[in-house]
Amino acid sequence: MIAAQYPALQVVLALLAAPVCLILRRPRAAWAVATVITWISLAIALSLLGRVWETGVILYPMGDWAAPWGIEYQIDTVNAFMLVIVTLIGSVVMPFARASVEAEIEEERIYLFYCMYLLNLAGLLGIAITGDVFNLFVFLEISSLSSYVMISLGRDQRALTAAYRYLVMGTIGATFYIIGVGMMYMMTGTLNMADLATILPAVADSRTIQVALGFLTVGLGLKLALFPLHLWLPNAYTYAPSAVTVFLAATGTKVAVYAFIRIFFTVFGGVEVFNAGFIPEILAVLAALAMIGASVVAIYQTDVKRLLAYSSIAQIGYMVLGISMVTVTGLAGTIVHLFNHAIMKGGLFMAMGCILFKIGSVQLDQFEGLGKRMPVTMAAFVAGGFSLIGVPLTVGFVSKWYLVQAALEKGWWLAVAAILVSSLLAVIYIWRVVEVAYFRPPPKGSAEVSEAPLSMLVPLWILIGASYYFGIDATRTLDIAFVAAETLFGPPQ
Amino acid sequence: MVFMAATSFAVARLRNLFGVVMLTGIFSLMSAVLYVVLDAVDVAFTEAAVGAGIATVLMLGTLALTTSEERVSEAGKPVWALALVVATGLVLIYGTFDMPPFGDPYAPIHHHVAPRYLEKSGQEIGLPNVVTSVLASYRGYDTLGEVFVIFTAACGVLLIIGRPKRGRRRTLRMKVGEMRHGMRQNVILRVVSKLLIPFILVFALYVQWHGDFGPGGGFQAGIIFASGFILYALIFDVDTSRMVVPSGVTRLVLALGVMLYTGVGVAGLLRGGNFLNYSVLAEEQTAGQHLGILLIEFGVGLTVAAAMITIFYTFARQEH
Repeated sequence: MIAAQYPALQVVLALLAAPVCLILRRPRAAWAVATVITWISLAIALSLLGRVWETGVILYPMGDWAAPWGIEYQIDTVNAFMLVIVTLIGSVVMPFARASVEAEIEEERIYLFYCMYLLNLAGLLGIAITGDVFNLFVFLEISSLSSYVMISLGRDQRALTAAYRYLVMGTIGATFYIIGVGMMYMMTGTLNMADLATILPAVADSRTIQVALGFLTVGLGLKLALFPLHLWLPNAYTYAPSAVTVFLAATGTKVAVYAFIRIFFTVFGGVEVFNAGFIPEILAVLAALAMIGASVVAIYQTDVKRLLAYSSIAQIGYMVLGISMVTVTGLAGTIVHLFNHAIMKGGLFMAMGCILFKIGSVQLDQFEGLGKRMPVTMAAFVAGGFSLIGVPLTVGFVSKWYLVQAALEKGWWLAVAAILVSSLLAVIYIWRVVEVAYFRPPPKGSAEVSEAPLSMLVPLWILIGASYYFGIDATRTLDIAFVAAETLFGPPQ
Repeated sequence: MVFMAATSFAVARLRNLFGVVMLTGIFSLMSAVLYVVLDAVDVAFTEAAVGAGIATVLMLGTLALTTSEERVSEAGKPVWALALVVATGLVLIYGTFDMPPFGDPYAPIHHHVAPRYLEKSGQEIGLPNVVTSVLASYRGYDTLGEVFVIFTAACGVLLIIGRPKRGRRRTLRMKVGEMRHGMRQNVILRVVSKLLIPFILVFALYVQWHGDFGPGGGFQAGIIFASGFILYALIFDVDTSRMVVPSGVTRLVLALGVMLYTGVGVAGLLRGGNFLNYSVLAEEQTAGQHLGILLIEFGVGLTVAAAMITIFYTFARQEH
């Protein structure tokens, strides 16, 4: 009986827990509430994915008002997989967060931090689960507001500027999105995604809908940091508190990529948007520029967190490249990369969190001799770095393999070249860190060995381990990704 | 509309931020009028109270903390930004060419979901105000989300500027303190506001409980209530008003409001319906809907009022 209510509980539990944290006002209690809730959410997400896998799409009308009159949750393989990604990262971050947050945020503000964290989680889940374009906007607002706030909590003063910049860009993105939604509503009279998909083809030739599509693309492009709309991302990721960077880098942009896919393939699924104009070509070129350009910039960074942030922009390039191919293989590559990048980048940023916890800085020159001083953390960084490069047996290899395969199917040789070049550049920027950490002697007077606490190392190694586990045995994630890609191409049901 | 355009142009040109804040207040009032013309009375209500009232107060508070003169940046004229804005505007205008004409009865929005709201909401929900039915029940989940947006904003303000006090703002605080003092001695302001505040609060309650029959509801009521309260704090003293409602209480109410809303949703779930199904709350469908809407609107009102007061307190504490 209660299983039928899982779709609502997936989001509502986290929503309800946020005010509870506000009332509790104790850091540890708030942490405990948040941890329990994220773990329950993970269990719910897994069970939803299992149910979708066996029985197909789950529909859940809010308040029992059938769509399109009411708001309906519509869960298929694609968003069930997204829910698992978000809750999985959320649950792994929680144990890590306790020590890390205590070190980076003043004690009297920690309970509010967890309140924000839960709201952010609920917002991202709400975006992923909903079948209604306006409802998506509402939850986009919740998740964006809470992420601006969380970013601004970084210890560095520049975190405030970074958050403000993200706020301006993010608000423009959300406004563009809602303008697009408003125009679609004007021409169709509905906000439900499935309903839009059936009505849109009839009015697709109108200029209003064309403009709507443009606004939706730019709006979501800002949110997912598509090159050249990525300017907010490096500073936001660099100056945010470690736990926030891990969570946002692994989930925030991924959910935006998901929303992008949803709008293009489901809402505009009946309209052949990709055949008209040069949309795929434009996306592919932007993606390639992001992959190569951002990787080159990453090489020159002296702040390792910022280096990883630029690498994230390059990785988003891979995802957009997969979308731009408009084939099942390409899209499956993107979807599997959503998961793969989430775990490996989450792991790498956790390593940064551990270093920040012990050393107090992630500037490259502070890394000297770190291979000896923090062996467990640095080993995890190297392992995660392999995955970022795409060494076989890692998840990075799996995603790149399928993206290359999709590019070959299309005969896009330049795209294949871009993937290879970008991987080579990744070798360089990871190597720079490894060189400093392992081949330079530790500065004199530094402590021999001092590792981050286990509560931080275990989550770190869970993510790094997962990026090998799913790299060696990728059948499960790939099956899901391919079924998801086929659903997106299937007729709108 | 012409006035609005002229105002926004003036806002962009003006360097004195105090004037800018006043003009944005005027802009909000005019857009409220525009909403009334467009028959969106509920939106007009909110716009007038938030845009013209509370937002202005908060912006003035910010000015008191920072400075009221804009620094002219040295970096050349932002030609690219202007070009981008103009291009976006042109694209928007291009998009309007194929829009159905204003007030067209054959426009798609009047023929897809709207007819059911208009024809059946009487039977299904039993409220004369269709807007309330749509907001609170058919699309109640969106409204829940919006209340959480406000909740997030209030918590965010608490988290960012609710920091422990710092010394360097003392001079500014004194300046604001003098201003406050001046206001308290102003007899006209004191008497008029004392006369008005009870009515404002009662009106807020009316809007709250009457939202199902006329325009209004929790959002508007919460804001009107909060603005009455903030008026008091402005004229008399923030500390005095804090004695009436301590900030711990507003924080609690802030949380309780959203929890009440969500709780009603969960109650529907426990009684065998889906989340936010109010029909199962009572024997009869319409009675259940009525009860559910009344409760959630109360939750909205609580959170909105508490959020506004919390934000105001947090700003004011910076000054004091």
